[in-house]
Amino acid sequence: MSCGVPMMNNLVILPLLIPLVTGILMGIYKNNLPLQRRVSLFSLAVNFGVSLYLVQWVAGSGIRILELGGWPAPFGIVLVLDLLAALLLTATALVGFACLLYAVHSIGEDKERHYFYPLFHFLLVGVNGSFLTGDLFNLFVFFEVMLFASYVLLSLGGTKIQLQETVKYAVINTLSSTLFVVGIAYLYSVTGTLNMAHLSVRIAEVGQAGFLTVVAVVFLIVFSLKAGLLLYFWLPGSYMAPPGAVGAIFAALLTKVGIYVIFRMYTLLFYHQPEITHWLMAVMAGLTMLLGGIGAIAQWDIRGILVYNVVISVGFIISGLVFATSDALVGAVYYTMHDIVLKALLFLLGGTVIAIAGTGKIKEMSGLIRSHPLLGWMFFLTLLALSGVPPLSGFVGKVLIIKEGLSLGSGHRGFYLLAGIGLVSSLMVLYSLLKVFINGFWGETVLSTEMEKGTERGLVFPCLLLTAVSLFLGLGAELLYPYVDQAIITMLNPGLYIEAVLGEVF
Amino acid sequence: MESKEIILRTVTKLAIFIILAFAVFLFLAGHHNPGGGFIGGLTVASAIILLLLAFDIKAVKTGLPIDFKVLAFVGVLIAVTTGMGAMVFGASFLTQTFGHVHLPLFGETEFATAVLFDVGVAFAVLGTALSIIFTISGDIQRWKR
Repeated sequence: MSCGVPMMNNLVILPLLIPLVTGILMGIYKNNLPLQRRVSLFSLAVNFGVSLYLVQWVAGSGIRILELGGWPAPFGIVLVLDLLAALLLTATALVGFACLLYAVHSIGEDKERHYFYPLFHFLLVGVNGSFLTGDLFNLFVFFEVMLFASYVLLSLGGTKIQLQETVKYAVINTLSSTLFVVGIAYLYSVTGTLNMAHLSVRIAEVGQAGFLTVVAVVFLIVFSLKAGLLLYFWLPGSYMAPPGAVGAIFAALLTKVGIYVIFRMYTLLFYHQPEITHWLMAVMAGLTMLLGGIGAIAQWDIRGILVYNVVISVGFIISGLVFATSDALVGAVYYTMHDIVLKALLFLLGGTVIAIAGTGKIKEMSGLIRSHPLLGWMFFLTLLALSGVPPLSGFVGKVLIIKEGLSLGSGHRGFYLLAGIGLVSSLMVLYSLLKVFINGFWGETVLSTEMEKGTERGLVFPCLLLTAVSLFLGLGAELLYPYVDQAIITMLNPGLYIEAVLGEVF
Repeated sequence: MESKEIILRTVTKLAIFIILAFAVFLFLAGHHNPGGGFIGGLTVASAIILLLLAFDIKAVKTGLPIDFKVLAFVGVLIAVTTGMGAMVFGASFLTQTFGHVHLPLFGETEFATAVLFDVGVAFAVLGTALSIIFTISGDIQRWKR
């Protein structure tokens, strides 16, 4: 039995190892494109299956950890799999599969030959690693893995706009990574540890006094830059530049990793002074939703509208964290999963529209629904889901977060305002996306089938897949709710996380 | 041209063996003393860069017909596989072990599985460093034309 337990725990690392090994093999068999496509899709399908199994496993038997190299917890590096991480891993694998399927049909042989598939898998290594790790410095490393892959994916193709945006993206991320290391150094100098469970214990022991709160704010700046929470000025440009499939995976995953880390840091480590850290987050979340909404409304380019929608949802999810009641956290986690799927779907649909029309300017397209009814109705369904119309997937998260905001409002007036902004932002989402729908899909059909710049062949199936998932998230909420409900228990009780990692001693 | 480089070339032919031997020494020292796969790989890379300086890129490529990008990937694969090897034996990922063996010439020698991991690291570093050098020098060749 003593031999069997670590054997089982090795399952925890599978969501990391599968993309890593696939990425390496894809790099070695660089020139065999059919093999690369098949193996890549197969690997993501396997990863999805494994993630589903992990969700069941963790839901049944509690948090699982893996001590890498057999070094015990506060000294070695641990991977911690709780239900929150497992759920996000599942969503990641699913979205990765859909985006890859889309990429196979759309990315072009030139990019495929220049390490597109290895980079895609390494990006997933970084994302999954960030979800899994229980060590702060290790988190930094996985962030860098993710960022390095994203730098190359962003510039792959080498058009002028891509290179221009890659430079900005690389500079801003290098800056925030530097701040990240600085924050880690501060934290290490105060607490003497970097294991997150151990950090939580130490911070609770000394109390989150002035200095540690300053460190908490430094981390808030770092992760706001990564997640696009108020500090999103770099985001619209760099998410607009890459081709559809890459933009979709960026929009679905990269900001969500930042959000996940904010969840972790401010429920596990820095939860002692919410009147400073959470208040700051509340202000940032409100401004993010408002400014993102204004940005989305002001845009007349389909890509511009979509990227500002990414920004709005970041603000909305964080406002769920700010309310911090169990229902609000359920809403935030549920909305995060919904948003991972829906943002990928939205970008894939947008990419398809651009591929067909040959332009992103919505004033130059019209009447697409006549020749592409399926595409049009999927877009309509997506925009309803994103603005939170029941029974689609956005509804559950929105209703929980806003309900909690309103019921807390009697205590803190500001929460009324934040919940109100949340509601207004939903309208802004609806308006901005309807603008695309009305201009692009309604009206005279100006493009005859022969004049279209590209086909939707092969591009619609991944969108259909994600639409089905979105419907499941909405209609099957009853089925999923118990898992999300259980996932936030660790967020509300840091003690559970600590006990799982460090054992009874602490 | 030829006469200017004759000293460099003669020295290189001798020095290359010293550098490579030193690389092996550093690599094997790694487990308990300063050294290891990373620095060993870099030292081998520096030897090959010296070859590139003394001779031209064509000569080096015919002498070493390896795709260094593939070598880098293979290196990472070796490193990951040694980590997974531990999983086969029921231990945690990346767990290492060691044993002592009596060898005829060396006496009591320690063998550690970490060395296998280090082989992977060395390949990865060597492959990456040389890919960078070859890519840059390739660009310069193109500019000159």
